[in-house]
Amino acid sequence: MRSVSDAFQIAGRRFTSRLILGTGGFTNHEILSRALAAAEAELCTVALRRLDPQARGSIIDVLDRAGVEVLPNTAGCYTARDAVITARLAREAFSTDWIKLEVIGDDRTLLPDAVELVAAAEALVDEGFVVLPYTTDDPVLARRLEDVGCAAVMPLGSPIGSGMGICNPYNLSIITERAGVPVVLDAGVGTASDAALALELGCDAVLCATAISRAHDPVAMARSIKLAVEAGALAARAGRIPRRRYSQASTPQEGMPVFDVPGART
Amino acid sequence: MLVMVNGTERTLSDGTTVQELVQSLGAPVDGRGVAVALSGEVVPRSRWPETELFAQAHVEVLIAIQGG
Repeated sequence: MRSVSDAFQIAGRRFTSRLILGTGGFTNHEILSRALAAAEAELCTVALRRLDPQARGSIIDVLDRAGVEVLPNTAGCYTARDAVITARLAREAFSTDWIKLEVIGDDRTLLPDAVELVAAAEALVDEGFVVLPYTTDDPVLARRLEDVGCAAVMPLGSPIGSGMGICNPYNLSIITERAGVPVVLDAGVGTASDAALALELGCDAVLCATAISRAHDPVAMARSIKLAVEAGALAARAGRIPRRRYSQASTPQEGMPVFDVPGART
Repeated sequence: MLVMVNGTERTLSDGTTVQELVQSLGAPVDGRGVAVALSGEVVPRSRWPETELFAQAHVEVLIAIQGG
């Protein structure tokens, strides 16, 4: 099992913050800026879409001012072919080899298409990309992605934007126990405790967008999840006690006085 | 000539380059956060000035947005 310390690395790049911020869903750049500051994230996702000549303000400027690095994604791609082309475009647009690989198989659940995902990951690794795939919580699929050379694996806790937290902590534990690359929980976080649990289950980091961007107070939630991630990492390092079905007294039983003696008043 | 730009048919003068098209759409001058695909192939930023569009070409001009 990998050790959890204050910093972790992906592809040789060291990160102090274990919270990667997804930028989707923020109602404007001002709130995004403040959430970035509160989250103290070092890495955040962006997407590519058709240029809208009417759009005002650049997200790149916002991210530059915040001093965060950009992790482009292939959100919305349904085939390996589209994801590979999108990744190449992202490399041009953002001058980075890093790509958050998403290949979706179903528009209702937005669950990954395992077959297309592995094909795209393999092709992008061959082209020199640092591939961070969004995957299901299937430990076998996670291993296959690692085998084709992905720099990390990013299993979901539950579907994108669902806020359902970590639906299968057992699978996630199996992934973190056996992975030889960093594990980043991607998708499903609804609130701070979900993020803390991810780290407690051995994840190296959490990628979070909707739970923050669509919270009633996104800036407060950004700080809350930042603290939860730190708490979870610390708890993982500290080592939780084993679960047991019956109680175990924390106060010693020895040395208890005896009051039931002859002549005692009741 | 007729060129499909981001899914919409546009009339452009012959010899229009990718660079000229990108600028006409109001994209950042330095091209940061912008990427162009011409008939499914990436056109590297360094080749925008010399790459001419052609009739019936399909061009995708993409820009960074919030997401993920």
